[in-house]
Amino acid sequence: MAPSELIHLSAADLAARLAAGDVTSVEVTQAHLDQISAVDDTIGSFLHVDGAKALAQAATVDEDRAAGKALGPLAGVPIGLKDVFVTRGTPTTAGSKILEGWTPPYESTVSARALAAGLVVLGKTNMDEFAMGSTNENSAYKPVRNPWNHDRIPGGSSGGSASAVASFETPLSLGTDTGGSVRQPAAMCGLVGMKPTYGSNSRYGVIAFSSSLDTPGPFGRTVMDTALLHEAISGYDPCDSTSIDAPVPGVVAAARKGANGDLTGVRVGVVRELGGDGYETGVMSAFEAGVQTLRDLGATVTEVSCPHFSYSLPAYYLIAPSEASSNLARFDSVRYGLRVGDDGEASLEEVMSMTREAGFGAEVKRRIILGAYALSSGYYDAYYGQAQKVRTLLARDFTAAFEQVDVLVSPTTPTVAYPIGAKVNDPLAMYQGDLCTLPASLVGVPAMSLPVGLAEDPADSGGTPLPVGLQIMAPTMADDRCYRVGAALEGALDASRGAPFLAELAIR
Amino acid sequence: MSESKISRDEVAHLAHLSRLSVTESEIDTFAPQLERILEYVAKVGEVAADEIPPMSHNVPMTNVTRPDVITPSLDRDEVLRAAPAAQENRFRVPRILDEEA
Repeated sequence: MAPSELIHLSAADLAARLAAGDVTSVEVTQAHLDQISAVDDTIGSFLHVDGAKALAQAATVDEDRAAGKALGPLAGVPIGLKDVFVTRGTPTTAGSKILEGWTPPYESTVSARALAAGLVVLGKTNMDEFAMGSTNENSAYKPVRNPWNHDRIPGGSSGGSASAVASFETPLSLGTDTGGSVRQPAAMCGLVGMKPTYGSNSRYGVIAFSSSLDTPGPFGRTVMDTALLHEAISGYDPCDSTSIDAPVPGVVAAARKGANGDLTGVRVGVVRELGGDGYETGVMSAFEAGVQTLRDLGATVTEVSCPHFSYSLPAYYLIAPSEASSNLARFDSVRYGLRVGDDGEASLEEVMSMTREAGFGAEVKRRIILGAYALSSGYYDAYYGQAQKVRTLLARDFTAAFEQVDVLVSPTTPTVAYPIGAKVNDPLAMYQGDLCTLPASLVGVPAMSLPVGLAEDPADSGGTPLPVGLQIMAPTMADDRCYRVGAALEGALDASRGAPFLAELAIR
Repeated sequence: MSESKISRDEVAHLAHLSRLSVTESEIDTFAPQLERILEYVAKVGEVAADEIPPMSHNVPMTNVTRPDVITPSLDRDEVLRAAPAAQENRFRVPRILDEEA
């Protein structure tokens, strides 16, 4: 099979061909490394690629398969890991200069599970520094470009993981979603991206941004691929005090059930507060067409009001910077990372300040200062305390909504991917891109984005149309509902298009 | 222009508390940006009434302990190799005395 064909196969197809002996993991891995060599200078998905290590790992999987060992369903399939996952022996920077050159002495639980499942790690993917940002322009190393239009953002902060899958450098990748950082780039790059229930994927070895929100999550080109990766990495971890000690819902089985295309009896709620003014016309059209397809599949669709959702954005931008200002205190020039100004004269405090000034980028500094302000005495009750109360109101909204419907849907983002640099000096405008993803983050419920179509690019009328994502939210630990509804919708949309969503990008 | 809620001096003070030695031009940039952000996020006060309990987390938290058994720890040499400076099997830090002088 030609390498150009291999890179366009889904992870599930690749796994089937590997299992059948049609192709080896070494061949599959080499094909993806070649694609990285061909396109990554332009796209910028990866911060670190270790071809030799990946090929050695692939060879081990091939030997195990030849020896008849029992292997996981994704054994031999390549994956890219967001550079926020700590990987033993492989550089990890979280997209920041303060960790440049750091090689961790331990492995994150999620990446360890990916390795144990036989997935072949191609390298570490680019990201906004410490996962802060909605555009991937805040990487300290280089911006990531959207594979659909290289002048557009891929979305952030897991933009490197998203662009790597969309540009066929890897069939699967992992990101982290704090306020929407898996779902938003998935929507902007035309992928499936999942934020699992908070606490169902371990945060051990994930460099912390906002501890009560950070959630590792999978990217794939299809709902089934995403489900296979979801199941491989999820589950209880005693190393994480927020890990949920309960069985992971059967998301692969749910994706299979959804693929039969019948949603009879499924109640879908369209969130009234997530749509309308401020949302691009093309985004709303593609979203509404997706909702109509759900009706055609037998789902009952009703409008649901979640009156406090509009307070998610201000609450998030108090809570996340507050937790970040605390988490990032560990970058103190002592135990790892950068040290600046240690000339024998400067004090520890001065060295710490100079190091943090040199090592952190503008978005990180802005959020550290904002967080310090929101947590300071005199302002705590007015800002941070109030934001935590909004969280309670959001949880009540979700509870009330899920008494009426099985899943909630909305557009994933209010706009399609916008030009690189468009909002770089206007943080509030950039933050607006997270409007739809934040409620699920603040309450911890699972949510998926999947591509429902293309919309005209408002910044380039008549130019390349850009992907639109539809978000599916479900109750805590009911991640399987997202997969069932997502797989049914994907199947119907692919049938109407005559091809999988990303086929159009593969041909161009 | 609206009344400033966060002054340049306050930004500099917060940066100092956060151990960030920001430049004058960064303060010029951050102060108006933070002011806009703070004006916007103050919206949370519209709905957060007194009787609403704050929610810090969606997972019921319990104390997590492991069995009291000695297990291998991180390798000391490996950890120290990753440090910016080490001496005599310890992290070497810059001068810590006379900081208040």
